[in-house]
Amino acid sequence: MDDLIAEFLTETNESLGELDVDLVNLEQNPNDQDLLAKIFRLMHTIKGTCGFLGLPRLETVAHHAENVLGLFRDGKLEVTPAYVTLIFESIDTVRVILAGIEETGTEPEGDDTALLKKLDDVFNKANGDDSAADELEAAFQDAPGPEEEEKAPESTEPEATDEDGKKKTKFEEAESALAAVEDHFADSELPDEIRLIDTEAMAEEFLNEAESEEQEEPAAPPEEPAAAKPAKSTPPKQPAAAAPPAAPRGASAEDGPKTSAVAAQSLRVNVDVLENLMTMVSELVLTRNQLLQILRTQSESEFTAPLQRLNHVVSELQEGVMKTRMQPIGNAWAKLPRIIRDISVELGKKIDLDMRGQDTELDRQVLDLIKDPLTHMVRNSADHGIETPEGRVAAGKPETGKVILNAYHEGGHIIIEITDDGRGLPLEKIKTKIIERELATAEELEAMAPQQIYQYIFKAGFSTAEKVTAVSGRGVGMDVVRSNIEKIGGSVEMKSVEGRGSSFIIKIPLTLAIVSALIVESGGERFAIPQLAVRELVMASQNGDNRIETIKGTPVFRLRDALLPLVSLKKLLRLEHRQSGKPGSAAPPMGKDELLDATVQEIAQESGQKNQYIVVTQVGAYNFGIIVDRVFDTEEIVVKPVAKILKNIDLFSGNTILGDGSVIMILDPNGIAKVTGEIEAQDTLSRESQSEAAIFSRDERTALLLFKAGDQAPKAVPLSLVSRLENIRMDTVEVSNGQTLVQYRDRLMPLLPFNHGVEMNGHDDKPILVFADQVRSMGLVVDEIIDITEEIIDVQLSGHSGGILGSAIIDGKATDVIDVGFYLKQIDENYFKDHDDTPFQSETSGASSKNTVKKRILLVDDSPFFRNMLGPLLSAAGYDVTPLENPLEALKLCEAGARFDLIVSDIEMPEMDGFAFAEKIKTETSWRDIPMVALSSHATPQDMDRGRTVGFHRYIAKFDRDTLLEGIAQTITEYYTAKQAEKAAAGDNANEGELI
Amino acid sequence: MNVSAQSAASALNPKAGMDPTAAKDQIRDFLTILIAGQKFGIPVLQVQDVLGPQRITHIPMAPPEVAGSLNLRGRIVTAIDVRKRLDLEQRTDGDGHEMSVVVELENELYSLIIDRVGDVLSLHNDFYEKTPATLDPVWRDISMGIYRLENELLVVLDIPKLLNSVHIDS
Repeated sequence: MDDLIAEFLTETNESLGELDVDLVNLEQNPNDQDLLAKIFRLMHTIKGTCGFLGLPRLETVAHHAENVLGLFRDGKLEVTPAYVTLIFESIDTVRVILAGIEETGTEPEGDDTALLKKLDDVFNKANGDDSAADELEAAFQDAPGPEEEEKAPESTEPEATDEDGKKKTKFEEAESALAAVEDHFADSELPDEIRLIDTEAMAEEFLNEAESEEQEEPAAPPEEPAAAKPAKSTPPKQPAAAAPPAAPRGASAEDGPKTSAVAAQSLRVNVDVLENLMTMVSELVLTRNQLLQILRTQSESEFTAPLQRLNHVVSELQEGVMKTRMQPIGNAWAKLPRIIRDISVELGKKIDLDMRGQDTELDRQVLDLIKDPLTHMVRNSADHGIETPEGRVAAGKPETGKVILNAYHEGGHIIIEITDDGRGLPLEKIKTKIIERELATAEELEAMAPQQIYQYIFKAGFSTAEKVTAVSGRGVGMDVVRSNIEKIGGSVEMKSVEGRGSSFIIKIPLTLAIVSALIVESGGERFAIPQLAVRELVMASQNGDNRIETIKGTPVFRLRDALLPLVSLKKLLRLEHRQSGKPGSAAPPMGKDELLDATVQEIAQESGQKNQYIVVTQVGAYNFGIIVDRVFDTEEIVVKPVAKILKNIDLFSGNTILGDGSVIMILDPNGIAKVTGEIEAQDTLSRESQSEAAIFSRDERTALLLFKAGDQAPKAVPLSLVSRLENIRMDTVEVSNGQTLVQYRDRLMPLLPFNHGVEMNGHDDKPILVFADQVRSMGLVVDEIIDITEEIIDVQLSGHSGGILGSAIIDGKATDVIDVGFYLKQIDENYFKDHDDTPFQSETSGASSKNTVKKRILLVDDSPFFRNMLGPLLSAAGYDVTPLENPLEALKLCEAGARFDLIVSDIEMPEMDGFAFAEKIKTETSWRDIPMVALSSHATPQDMDRGRTVGFHRYIAKFDRDTLLEGIAQTITEYYTAKQAEKAAAGDNANEGELI
Repeated sequence: MNVSAQSAASALNPKAGMDPTAAKDQIRDFLTILIAGQKFGIPVLQVQDVLGPQRITHIPMAPPEVAGSLNLRGRIVTAIDVRKRLDLEQRTDGDGHEMSVVVELENELYSLIIDRVGDVLSLHNDFYEKTPATLDPVWRDISMGIYRLENELLVVLDIPKLLNSVHIDS
């Protein structure tokens, strides 16, 4: 194919992409003159270029579309959806022709008369009331359509005029040309199509032509086809340009330089060239590293200065080349507004497309590959997901549906979320379909969680749309999407709640990139840890405050006021086995238990050793430490994928060559976290259902500290309540004023034995659970710390003795969950004055015994202490509690489609207070029908009034446990019994009585 | 050694006419290697490089045949211990001068650690035999056949199988 045409195709396709976005915008802001001008210019360029390349069919279409656009721009026609559709139709025709050209190199055959007629009709109608003078002028201006020009040999006649007039002034030239045209068209049969717009175009062409002639340059460069084409074939139009000279010339003067300036600032480079460049730069970086490494071993060298300079230059070069590959993801989204619009029009839906994080940059290769899957998914969301306005109103949602696209970086990945607030995936329909397609049996489906069943939409040939619409439901769907994404090493997850919408999360890794990595050594071997995952480095000394401690062999570390789980790299990679055993005799990955045992030995064995380093690593929200022997510096590395043989070792994300030329493995913090079993991440399915659990919160896991005290029965306490663990020698315990105290961190800390079984004398160390709130702390003396575990607290038996919340099955054993509040209260009634009640005390609430299904409560409170105390209290009372730190998170959950039966909210919170929260919920969200209870330590009558005004159903003093439980139970009963209306009214009365 | 093997290969290539699908009357070139006294042949066109002892980075948790990885002019090459792969004893007479043959499979480079590299031989099909069915299953799997040489036998290594079964094993 002609280079010129290829160039034109690329350019035009880009322009068309821009047009899509602009036109949708135009429909929304019909009066945006800048936008109109821009759209018009784009169309005009397409037209001009076509003419130059001799593509008459394309030119005709562009030309007629341009006419109508001109009317919009000049304000002669109001932009209405019907017209925009018409323009879209033209653009689609242009696309079809372009595709044909791309395939065959020539224009495809086809009949556009229907479209042209429509365009002309619009155009004529709009001009019907123009004055006679205009019409006359229009007749002149109405030069033959480009296709006519080709056919009409007469049109070349004036070219002579043109050439003669080369040296004349424009006006003279125009005059003579006008005469020629007048003659020529005197008896032509012309449609009274007015091309006022063309006048401007012509003026521009005219100027360009004059310019190019002056410079005696052939008008060949592809940037100037618009200018070149008229120079050759459209002189008859010039008079029109000359007739109203002032305005068009201004426009053209503006247009001309602009296009050329843009052309000068960007040029197209073949991707292969960039790829090559990237590879070369990668190698250069490696060589640079090598040189720097050598330099380090030389104390004084004349190479120092030049190498430093080289270093800087290479760094910048690297950055620059990386940039050439990066494109904002918005580029891939450019078509989406148009798609959404088309769907809205076709299906009569109202859809808002909210695109966030458009600037997130990613590798253009990756971008190209995800473009189609993304488009498909957005289309799906709009088509299947969003309901019709009537349907939405009936479901209690705003008429306008929302599709949210969000892109952001997270831990070396790019996450793209596509969320809609539509109807979600219909579980029953999917089930029927699965059985129909024999993908699974009904029995198998019975045993599956909804989220597991949803995964079937990713199977081949699965489509749930009942009818095939123009946009989706053709059965080629999510399976293609998934395989496309997986092809580039990404993953796609799906969550859905029927009736509330669904969300897709695409995770794309950033491979190929140069990353900064921390080089560490363990067991005599070096490894790289991506700097992105590293939060900090800590040196653990053998003694003193910074030592590594163990809980049943599990190493942990006190990092400021939290316990950090640790993983020994040496044990994890079985490096010491190799040292003692045969080289290269690696064993399969260890199970968790083996790992623990190995770690115990290591700790014991290494206790005599010098300092160790802890690389504090973050994976998602999970922090853990990796114990290594030595830490070197950080180095820029080129991540190269590992050989296929090694692909299934989760612990490595790649390998690279270091500055000294040696190969080094890159550790994958995700993999390490996975292998050590600390985070939920086995297979996709379970991860999905678990993240589902986290978001929609049915069974939230709580980290529990297990210990023994007094008897052999294990006891548990939520780990988040425990500030620290200490070992304190019992002979340092003092008694003052009847209270047992110990000097702790230069303060006196009251101590309590867990129960009478715990001896507090002798000379032994005893483990102490320290509970602290800001400044004050207390210690609970126990016998032995057993383990830390993550479990769903499901208190099955309520406790009867003080200090026990109840019993739950934890780690397969009946375990007492202790009531921290009980002990706090024992120390001092007002000890924790902000939270002075005993919410941990067990009490079966009326609510739970009456209702078989647990009611879901959303608890919003900024104080972690209170959250942690109230959470278990409510759980014990038989509710399913989701504690959240602030209202913003709650709103996110709301968007995500979570449902609750009651919202309990604090009032004084940073960022958004309880009043604002309630107001927002009651006015703007799908949660407006959920009863809300306010909690506050300041319950003034004004506050209560305000609370009621914004929509709280009840206002309860924060630390009054009984009232709280009763209030919650009542509110729920009122709202969810059969006599709802009646009771609600009664409840309002009761409500007032209860306000404190 | 690198030079000699490659130049020998290239000198022999033209007349070899390496078309695996060609008729029986065929001469093929093999790079011979020695492992534990047994002669093996690798089709010469599959050989990328012959290396002397290299600094190899051990890869923890890798399958036992994987000796590690090494840097070959900026490319990362996975080293395969062929003795392990073939269920042979570890080398006891190793003088640290083991050699490697670099082959490419599916765009990845593998360095096969062997005892010694021999000559390049052009072998006629007349001396070709199918792999005996009684051969050790592991060997049978990686063998493409046997050539009868004057004093000994040469087992033709099926490189993809040699490496692919590593994939499967792992």
